[in-house]
Amino acid sequence: MNFQDIESGIIELIRKAETELPKDVVKALEAAYKIEVGVAKTQIEAILENIKLAKESSRPMCQDTGIQTFFVEIGIDFPAIKKLKKIITEGVKKATKEIPLRPNTVDPFTQENHKDNTGFHVPYITWDFSEGSDVKIISFPKGGGSENMSKLGMLKPGVGIEGVKDFVIQEMIKAAGNPCPPTVVGVGIGGGADLSLKLGKKALLRPVGVRNKDKTIAEMEEELIKRINKSGIGPMGLGGKTTVLDVHIEKAHRHPASLPVGIAVQCWADRRAHMIIHSDGTWEVK
Amino acid sequence: MEYHLALPLKDDVIKKFKVGDIIFLSGTIFTARDEAHHTMLHTEKIPFDPSNMGLYHCGPLMKKTNKGWDVISAGPTTSSRMEIFEEEFLKRFNVKIIIGKGGMGERTQKALEKYICVYTSYTGGAGALAADKIMNVKDVYWYDKLGMPEAVWIFEVKEYGPLVVAMDAHGNSIYKK
Repeated sequence: MNFQDIESGIIELIRKAETELPKDVVKALEAAYKIEVGVAKTQIEAILENIKLAKESSRPMCQDTGIQTFFVEIGIDFPAIKKLKKIITEGVKKATKEIPLRPNTVDPFTQENHKDNTGFHVPYITWDFSEGSDVKIISFPKGGGSENMSKLGMLKPGVGIEGVKDFVIQEMIKAAGNPCPPTVVGVGIGGGADLSLKLGKKALLRPVGVRNKDKTIAEMEEELIKRINKSGIGPMGLGGKTTVLDVHIEKAHRHPASLPVGIAVQCWADRRAHMIIHSDGTWEVK
Repeated sequence: MEYHLALPLKDDVIKKFKVGDIIFLSGTIFTARDEAHHTMLHTEKIPFDPSNMGLYHCGPLMKKTNKGWDVISAGPTTSSRMEIFEEEFLKRFNVKIIIGKGGMGERTQKALEKYICVYTSYTGGAGALAADKIMNVKDVYWYDKLGMPEAVWIFEVKEYGPLVVAMDAHGNSIYKK
């Protein structure tokens, strides 16, 4: 197996995520452009123009190329599992120079920038296992401005789902223009503190416009989209109809005493790209 | 109103701006995020004159070439993080125009009125688009100490915009509407 070649695949994966927005997001932004007027319209126009320019010139669409985040699903029969972490990490280092990416990993104690987008626990990789021999990797570079608007609510179970809705809406109104709206909001309900936040983030991997399969949750997603957009915060917080492009909700069973709600926020640059590595080392990025 | 203006901007021009106006700016701007604000406020003699320049809340993505630096992507960063510095910053450096995104707080709003300055918003995340309006990288300060995003970069811009006047020098804010 050619590990050098898989490493170049990782660079292509990151390049795809940083320079080309998924079609579902572009479609949602184009729909927003149609309904907005005035200043809000100029913002969406600049966003769409920027997306086009970044794709054509193969440049990162946003200077905040994010914390390099990956969700990996390993087919248990893949023959080189133990090499994967090193391949991804080396790929990130090379991508930083080649694409290039902004060096975004800072030591919280010394404030020193590691300069290659790696460091303690970074790249941040979530590992999962499945049947088969393919490895599936999602690249999900996460910007700081939207990440700063993340929220954890340890609500009292007595407030119920209505309380959860109010919490999410209040927090998104408080976030206002800070996370670069129109955003995609991921909400994890239940589990424990960490699990609810993780579910919120994983919910962001779902394409924009795709509803949860559970009918009750799907209805709640639609209600939250309507209610948050009614706030009028609008693109970049300058006023308008589109504050969120979508709201995605996932659930986990909760402890009887707890109702954790984890909110993960993604800016309009909802960057995602997919890679499959086959058991013989060949790969595809899409 | 739509304005096409060259820096430096005088007080009487700043006073004309109203929330919702659009500005296309040409001239010299400098980037400053959290660490740069802190460093500048704690440095006795600054190696450049900020009063003639626009203040850009931005941590750009740059690439070093044989000739110097290329701007790859350079949209605005979240301005609210600079709220803790901005009042003192405007007082000391006499900056007349801020470019950022997301808006700022009450203290800055009052400082804009007191020191006659305007806060404008550029589309967050539109980094590639913004980079194409930066004509020249004139200088960089504190690069080794602060790293690429936090360093102070001096840019020459042409028709940089559309910048939306989001907080004017008369106490008005687009974010309060």
